[in-house]
Parts: sequence; C-alpha cells; structure tokens
Amino acid sequence: MSEKHIDEISGVATTGHEWDGIRELNNPLPRWWVWTFYLTILWAIGYTIAYPAWPLLNSATQGVLGFSSRADVKKELAAAQEAKASYVSAIASKSVEEIQADETLRTFATAAGAAAFKVNCVQCHGSGAEGSKGFPNLNDDDWLWGGKITDIQQTIAHGIRFDTDADTRVSEMPAFKEMLQPQEIKDVSSYVASLMGFTVDETRIEPGKVVFAANCASCHGANAMGMQDLGAPNLTDSISLLVHSEADIESQVRAPKHGVMPAWQARLGESTVKELATYVYSLGGGK
Amino acid sequence: MLDTGEVERLEVSAVNSAQLRQPLYAKRTKIFPKRAVGRFRSFKWIVMFVTLGIYYLVPWLRWDRGPYAPDQAVLVDLANRRFYFFFIEIWPQEFYFVAGLLVMAGFGLFLVTSSVGRAWCGYTCPQTVWVDLYIAVERFIEGDRNARIKLDQSGWSARKLALRITKHSIWLAIGVATGGAWIFYFADAPTLFMDLVTGQAVPIAYITVAVLTATTYVFGGLMREQVCTYMCPWPRIQAAMLDERSLTVTYNDWRGEPRTRHAKKAAAAGQTVGDCVDCNACVAVCPMGIDIRDGQQLECITCALCIDACDSVMDKLGKERGLIAYATLADYNHNLAIATGGGAQPINPDLVRDESKKIRPEFLNFSLRELLRVRTLVYFAAWSAVGMLIVYGLLTRDRLEVNVLHDRNPQFVQLSDGSIRNGFTVKLLNMIPEPRTVIVTLQGLRGAQMSVVGLEQPEDRSFAVHVEPDKLKTLKVYVRQPAENIAGQSQYFNFVVEDKASYETDTYRATFEAPEIVK
Repeated sequence: MSEKHIDEISGVATTGHEWDGIRELNNPLPRWWVWTFYLTILWAIGYTIAYPAWPLLNSATQGVLGFSSRADVKKELAAAQEAKASYVSAIASKSVEEIQADETLRTFATAAGAAAFKVNCVQCHGSGAEGSKGFPNLNDDDWLWGGKITDIQQTIAHGIRFDTDADTRVSEMPAFKEMLQPQEIKDVSSYVASLMGFTVDETRIEPGKVVFAANCASCHGANAMGMQDLGAPNLTDSISLLVHSEADIESQVRAPKHGVMPAWQARLGESTVKELATYVYSLGGGK
Repeated sequence: MLDTGEVERLEVSAVNSAQLRQPLYAKRTKIFPKRAVGRFRSFKWIVMFVTLGIYYLVPWLRWDRGPYAPDQAVLVDLANRRFYFFFIEIWPQEFYFVAGLLVMAGFGLFLVTSSVGRAWCGYTCPQTVWVDLYIAVERFIEGDRNARIKLDQSGWSARKLALRITKHSIWLAIGVATGGAWIFYFADAPTLFMDLVTGQAVPIAYITVAVLTATTYVFGGLMREQVCTYMCPWPRIQAAMLDERSLTVTYNDWRGEPRTRHAKKAAAAGQTVGDCVDCNACVAVCPMGIDIRDGQQLECITCALCIDACDSVMDKLGKERGLIAYATLADYNHNLAIATGGGAQPINPDLVRDESKKIRPEFLNFSLRELLRVRTLVYFAAWSAVGMLIVYGLLTRDRLEVNVLHDRNPQFVQLSDGSIRNGFTVKLLNMIPEPRTVIVTLQGLRGAQMSVVGLEQPEDRSFAVHVEPDKLKTLKVYVRQPAENIAGQSQYFNFVVEDKASYETDTYRATFEAPEIVK
C-alpha cells in the first residue's frame, strides 16, 4: 500500500498495515526520545572502545582508557597500606612496652591484634579467647608463663613445647606413677584437691602434704602457688587448666598431659606478634 | 467613565486554554509574559530578594564556636557527620530534629494551602522564584512581550544573536551561582570558593555545580511552566488541601460578565454589560499561559500577576478593583447566586450594581477573619506543637552521653581469687566543642571495682577520663566483683558519667553477669 491513509476517528495517519479492516495508527515516537536512543547507541560504541568490553578467545579487549577494576583494587589497597604505614613502621621499630604506653599506637595494635587473633588463635583459644579444657582462658588473671606483656610476646613468638623453635618454653611434669606408690599418689592428690577447694578424705591430707613437699614443691612451690618460669601452675586458685575433680588430679599426677602451642614469630612476623601480644594483654594481662 | 478604547487591547490567547488543549505529544507553545505592575508584583520582588538573598548569602555567615569547631553559621559537615546551625550542633543520631523540621514543613504547607491556597507555588517555590528571575533577565535584555515575540519570529541577525548570547550567558551565570551556593553549605565557604576558582576543589564539587547549573538553566530558562504542569506532583496533591474556604485567584465573572469590547456602544444600545472589557491583560501577564477567566485550572500557580494587571485596567476605567481577586469558592458562589438571581437567569449586571453604579453591599469580599476556621487552627496547632517539641528537645537534650556494650564472649570471667569479672565497652560522647574531663562512676554492684584498659591506675569505683572536644571516646572497662558479693546471675548497676564543671550527668543501666555457681 502506498497511499497515505488517515484514521477518521483520531485523525492520525496509519502505518499502511491492515488486517481485516483493522489498521495500525502511526504515532511516531517523540523526537527527543528517538535522538536519545541514537545517542545511547553512539555512547555504547564509544564505551566499548574506551573500556574493556569485547570478549576474545582467552581474554577481552582492554579498552583505550586502560581501566581495570583489579588495578583499582590494588591502588586502593596500596592507599590503605600507605595510610597505616606510619603505625606499621612504628610498631616494627618499638618494643611492646613502648607500644603499650602510646595510646594511639596501642589502639591500632589492639585492633590489628584482634584481627590476627580471629585468624590464627580462635581455633584453640575460642573466638572470645575464653579457652576450654586444656586451652587456657586468656581473659583471666592466671598466667602459666607470665602475664606481663613481654612474657606474652615471648610465649606467642616461640610457643610452648614447640620442638622446632629453639627458644620455645619447655617444662615437663614427670609421670609419677613410675616414682610413687599408689597410696602416695592418692594422698598427694587429696592434698592438692583440698587446696583447690574440693571436699576430700581428711585423713589423707597430712600424708599427702609430706609427699607434696618431697616431690612437687620443687616446681609448684612449697605453698603450691606455682612457678611461672617453669610454667608450673598455681594449684591454690580458682582457675585450673586441666583438672576439675580429685580423679582428674590423680590422673594428672600419674601420667600428666601437656599442652603444646606453636611458635608464631616465624609464621606471622615480629610485628604481628607484637600486635597479638598487645591485644591479649588488653584481655587480662598483668600478673 | 473612561472609554474602553483607552485601555490597550492585547492580541493574545491563552496557550494552555482548555479549548486548545490537545492530547499528548503537543508541542510547547512559547509564552511571553508581559510585565505586570502592582502590589502583588512588588510583593513578589520582595519575596524573591529575601529568598534568593538567604540562599546565596547564608553560607558566608560566620558564627564563632571556639577553636574546636568550624565557624560557619550553617554547615552540613558530611565528612565529620555534624550539622551546624548557628548555636545548634546536631550529631547524626539527633537527626530527628531535622525530621521534625520536615514534619513542620509538611504541616506548614497544609496550613498555608488550606488558608491562602497555592501561595507556596506562587511566591516561594524555587521553580517560581528562579523562573521569575530568568524572565526578568530576559525582559531586561530583549524587551517586553511584544519585542520578545518580534525577536522570536524574526530571522537570525547579528542583533538577535547578540541578544540571545547575552541572555543565555546571564542565565548560565545565574545557574553557576546557584550551584555554587549549594556546595558552600557543605564545606567552609571561603576556602571552597578559593579552591573552586583555583581549580583545586574536589571533582564532586565541580560535578555538583555543573549538575545544578544545568538543572537551573534548563528548568528556569527553558522548561519554565512545564515543570509545574507536567513534572511537579504538588498541583495534584493540592486538590486535597483546598476547600471552599481556601483563597484562590478567581475571576469574578458575576461582575465581569457579559464581557464586551464595546462597552460604550452597548450602553448606547441600552444593554447592560459587565466590568470585563476583554482586554486580555490578565492573559498577557500570565507566566503559565492560561486564561484565568476560564475558571480554576491545574496550571494556575496563584502568582496573582493577573490581579495586578486587571486592577490597573480597572483603575483606568474608574471601576472597583477586584474583578480578578483572591476569593474563596464559598464567597464566589454566594456572589454568583445573587448575580444570577439564584441561578434563574444568566449573570445580570443590573443585579450587581445599584442605581449609583456601585456594587451592592450584599456581595462579599474576602476578610481575614475567614482564615480562622477549625481546619486551619488544627493545622496551626499541629505545626506549633511539633515546633515546641523541637525547641523543648533542643533545650533539654544531653550534651554528655554514655553508651555501654556488654562483652558477649565471654560474658564473664572467673579470676584466680574467685571473683567474677565482666568486660564492657563504654562510649563517652562529648557533644560540645570543648575538651572536658568526665568522671565515670560505678553505682550499685556491692564491692565491685573497675579498671580501664590502657589507664595504668589501680582498680577503683570511679575514675576521670579526658575526652576530646566534639568527640566520642571508647573505653574498654573491666568490672570485677568479689565472689562473696555476687547476688545472682544477673545484677543491675549503673555507669554514671559526670562533668564536674557543668554538672551534666548521664546514666547507663548495665547488667553484671555471673555463673550459676560461684566457688
């Protein structure tokens, strides 16, 4: 159909298409809309030239602007490193005590240490550093190897009974089942249980005390208060890592269990260890 | 009485008249508003100077807040999350004050609209104000209505090009100033101005200026009345706000009709005619391109310029002003009923004027008393109630606050002497721009002591902390209670903070958790 047909009712031209007498009105799109549409096509062409767009076999076109989101991330990460560079270098060059004395540095190190703790330490010590049987609670004030910040740093750096580290903390309680009579073991266990506040057979306390003085006091101290240099626990306080009954004590005297903590300095570096020490110290350090 | 021939008759028809209105896709017909003179025009000039003055100048006002806070009177400091308004400083969590202002703006709009109609549209809406300014510039450069039409229709010439370039340049300059003023609210104005001029400001500043320049130029210069008619939701919403007691710009056809261009001839022929001489002055001045004599229309922003135009014509004719006037629908209906003999006949000028050609006294004029009605009073009460709540809130709000967060994991720790310790994160908010020393005290919790991480002090029930001006200070606090004092798994106690100098205090009720059995 070539001749122009005008719809009678609306007065609008039709497209010339006709189906059973029904014609399609030709209401053209507004010009501004059409031109905007053409503009978006032009824009798209320009965009695919300027930015990475067309997929190739193994990669894609790079775009003339050289934009890359990966490079942007690298730049942002570098900027973040740059922003904290002064703190990082200060932590690297200062001792943990100096870090502790500087409020800004301490805040930074505590936050960094908390992050490192979440990655490396929570598997044994728990996400709140609350510990569990055999794994010490770092929030309390009972420290097997010392709770001063330098002690904590030393423990984290070199671990406990960690064979491959020459400076690791080592101590081993002998298995007294070889050295003591069964009755002596029962007596000394009852004595220690009484110190820890358990109800025991009173008749065993005095003989147990004698056994303790002869065999245990050299490490745990005459008054059973422990010795941090040897990692020997205080047997008189409310906190105990391994024993929660008289039977536990007896089994520990017979064949003691020993915990092992890895040395972290070789893996994490000195700065991270300092940050971890600052964080752990903030939880309950001191004694 | 003067002859109507002395009144200039304008060749104009309403662009947006109902008769001409087409369905969709209609191309815009340009409007060339004629200059109006009169009391409403004068009032609009004043409103324009005041509102634009406030907008452009407020960022430059200074307000001394001491050395620890910016000295800009009105500043939205997004980077530091502070809002300064003269003597008021708002922290982000106090945003409800701004929400209160928005509620007040809402009620205020209801109040104004229900009493005086679309006064917001006609006088203070930024679109109206800037369009008014842009038209004023256009008139200054290109001349009044007829000159502009002639220029528009003429072919391109050096003169036309020069005029057009001048006009658009000034429009763009106004746009730049508008965008520029906006960003000054968000940073120190003098510093930012220097940075802008020397090209050292951040990109977002330039982008904002560019976007606002474009919107100001396009909306104010090119789109004008189309923004109000097609884009703005307010003309639609206003229908719910107006009632028959609200003021609207009204053509009082009860005294205007039957209109005639030949009053003298008609009088000679013994016909009585209305006051309208069909001079079209009201149409020529209308920036919205409507004929107010068609009755109430969506496009009408009630700028009242047609009132000024008609009043000056009535003055020339020696007739009473107010053929076009602010009137309520109720008054209008009352008057129309009289003029039509209760609707029994067409409008009859003989019923309007008595023998001495004065309008009869039974016709109503608007009086201010009509503004006082239950509806407006309720809006006013709601508006002022919110306002007073804001003032009360500002007068009684805390400028020293304490927030406490209990450690979740672990909730408590037993220490070697059997005592129980809980960890808390205590946040002290010093909300004034001055440094101060705050005393934090434990209240309740028998026998308990506390220590602060990083503060090398012996345990105590109270300690002093220095807090920086206008800053939040976070403390890690350990509270320890001896085993023999523990009275239950959860005990309530208070952290009390106090500024000894200003006697401000704040209290936070916290819980102390302990195990079921403490041994």
